[in-house]
Amino acid sequence: MNRRDFLRASLGGAAAALSSGGASARPNLTPAPEAVGMLFDSTLCVGCKACVSACKEVNDMPPTVLGDDVQYDSARDLSHETLNVIKVYTNGQPITKDSVTDGFAFEKRSCMHCVDPGCVSVCPVTALIRHPVTGIVTYDAEVCIGCRTCMTGCPYNVPQFDYGNPWGMLYKCQMCNQKGVERIDKGGMTGCAESCPTGATLFGSRAALLEEARRRMTLQPGEIYNYPRGDVREPSSHHEKAVPHYQQHVWGEKEAGGTNVMHISSIPFDKLGMPPLGERSHVSISEGVQHTLYSYMALPAVVLGGLTWLVKRNTDDEGDDV
Amino acid sequence: MSHYQPLGGRVVTLPFVFLGVLALIGLYYLADRFINGMGAVTNLNGGFPWGIWVVYDIVVGTALACGGYALAVTVYIFNKGQYHPLIRPALLASLLGYGLGGLGAIIDMGRWWQFYNLFLPWQMNFNSVMLEVGLCVSAYIVVLMIEFLPTVLEKFKAEALLKKLNKVLFIVIALGVLLPTMHQSSLGTMLIAMGWKVHPLWQTLHLQPLLAVLTAFTMGFSIVVFEGSLSSVGFRRKPETHLLSGLGKIIVGLIATYLVIRFGEILVRGKLGLVFAGDLASLMFLIETALFVYPLVVLMSPRGRENARSLLFAAVSMLLAGTLYRFNAFLITLDPGPGYSYFPALPEIMVTVGLVAIEIMVFLFVVKTFPVMPREDHAPAPNV
Repeated sequence: MNRRDFLRASLGGAAAALSSGGASARPNLTPAPEAVGMLFDSTLCVGCKACVSACKEVNDMPPTVLGDDVQYDSARDLSHETLNVIKVYTNGQPITKDSVTDGFAFEKRSCMHCVDPGCVSVCPVTALIRHPVTGIVTYDAEVCIGCRTCMTGCPYNVPQFDYGNPWGMLYKCQMCNQKGVERIDKGGMTGCAESCPTGATLFGSRAALLEEARRRMTLQPGEIYNYPRGDVREPSSHHEKAVPHYQQHVWGEKEAGGTNVMHISSIPFDKLGMPPLGERSHVSISEGVQHTLYSYMALPAVVLGGLTWLVKRNTDDEGDDV
Repeated sequence: MSHYQPLGGRVVTLPFVFLGVLALIGLYYLADRFINGMGAVTNLNGGFPWGIWVVYDIVVGTALACGGYALAVTVYIFNKGQYHPLIRPALLASLLGYGLGGLGAIIDMGRWWQFYNLFLPWQMNFNSVMLEVGLCVSAYIVVLMIEFLPTVLEKFKAEALLKKLNKVLFIVIALGVLLPTMHQSSLGTMLIAMGWKVHPLWQTLHLQPLLAVLTAFTMGFSIVVFEGSLSSVGFRRKPETHLLSGLGKIIVGLIATYLVIRFGEILVRGKLGLVFAGDLASLMFLIETALFVYPLVVLMSPRGRENARSLLFAAVSMLLAGTLYRFNAFLITLDPGPGYSYFPALPEIMVTVGLVAIEIMVFLFVVKTFPVMPREDHAPAPNV
């Protein structure tokens, strides 16, 4: 093989590898074996924000106060002091609950605990971990370098950095199971699910929650249903209520590989601010590209070998210095 | 005798003092950042965790610093020895550009005191593209230092050491070609994981690494042409137009390849409508494309390549094109959803300006006192 052939072959190979064909991209990750999560039913939420308050209590975070409104937490969005927030959808004259036009609805925002989490995939130092059994995504500030790649890799803009503090860190919902809280490990449930008076936020295993969500899809609007509160597997109590017009869509069943926190609603999810996601997780594509190029560092090693040979040859030819 | 010589002349000139003032302003706000947190000087927020410190200092800055990489490939891989005289200034600019990138990474790191976790094998996440970028850029900065070492050894007349170094330098040079190929392509791969937030015109998925490395390479050649033209004007040196015009030819090939892939992807994925949507993204795309096409047209004709002025304009256009490509993808058309917007704060801009000023000051100092510039027969006294 002469030099020209080698160059041509290696350039072609490099281009093919860099565009990487997509052949070796991995599929989406699948749910953890005993994945736990939550189901948020927007039609049950009355916007009382007891969950916002409870979340701050459990996680030892200050209430957010805006202006003179000091009697209740007034957080508007996720931030370094708010891991869970209730947002409102309104259209026209907000008269009818759960109506797309001239209506209003409530939507919960907190970490979705993705089945194939973007934050976990992109973090260079493994500061974010998906628990192998429960699927809970937790954060370790002790190793985090603060590069904030997780924020770019999260489809829901969940991780929030504390920019106001020179020693700031990242904040995200860890399903009340971070070190020092460990509610789930101790057999408890999340603060938000526990405090929810209507069962809009339910705790449970992902499988049981998905089953409950699918059951609600099949109910006839107007029919009376006995809604559980607390943990879907052993509800603390129930209440009866007429079934609303549900969208036939469990958000988080499939989106970008699915999530452990799922939502159902009467309002289409794009109107509730959910992102435009397909079924394929983007990190499954980026990991595919990454591992095609760097599998066992084989390709870089071969290329380096070729380059070294060429450089040696070409510098010997001329007796060059740099 | 070396083929290179220091330019000589006064270091502290009026432009140098002006740069010094910019540097001081930047350092002031940098201190503010470390004392009061990033929020004190930046407009970063929950939807835009990366601002100009990442997108300019690292993503664009290291691409602008690809001159050493592009020339190393030309000289050592394609064996075009005639370009050798250009390599030292290019390496110096690369070293400084990547130094700025590394510094930019540290100041942008929210928990910078824990940066070492990046280098602990048991902390590494091999799925992370950011890990690849971090390790690879760090390694390349070391490689650039070694590649530039002969200049320093020559200055201090450490000939024995220089001889030893020259014997093993070929391995370092090979690494100096491999590493930028790796991390420059990874800077593109990073956009894949950003998913739907990246505008469809820039979300090319599997093609991201190829487009990133192609533009980095083209920017590398363009910066060599730019610096070559500029230093012949600024330092009143004989222009190296004959060398630079050859690079112009390479640039034409690279831009043509880039445009074919870029538009091919848009056509195949049916995104042509977005190009003419008449919104901000389509406007930015058209400006970006025009900046790519202009150097292609100019440099295609031998007349355009051999005219120092048109060569310089073409290079500037190409640099702007590559810069805008990255800015568009990472910031300008990035849409993390309702409620989030970003424009850099003045102190944030001044930090970047200050760091670039320091970079230029060091460049001026080194070319005047170290043997970096190619020797020429009738060098008039420099007065910049």
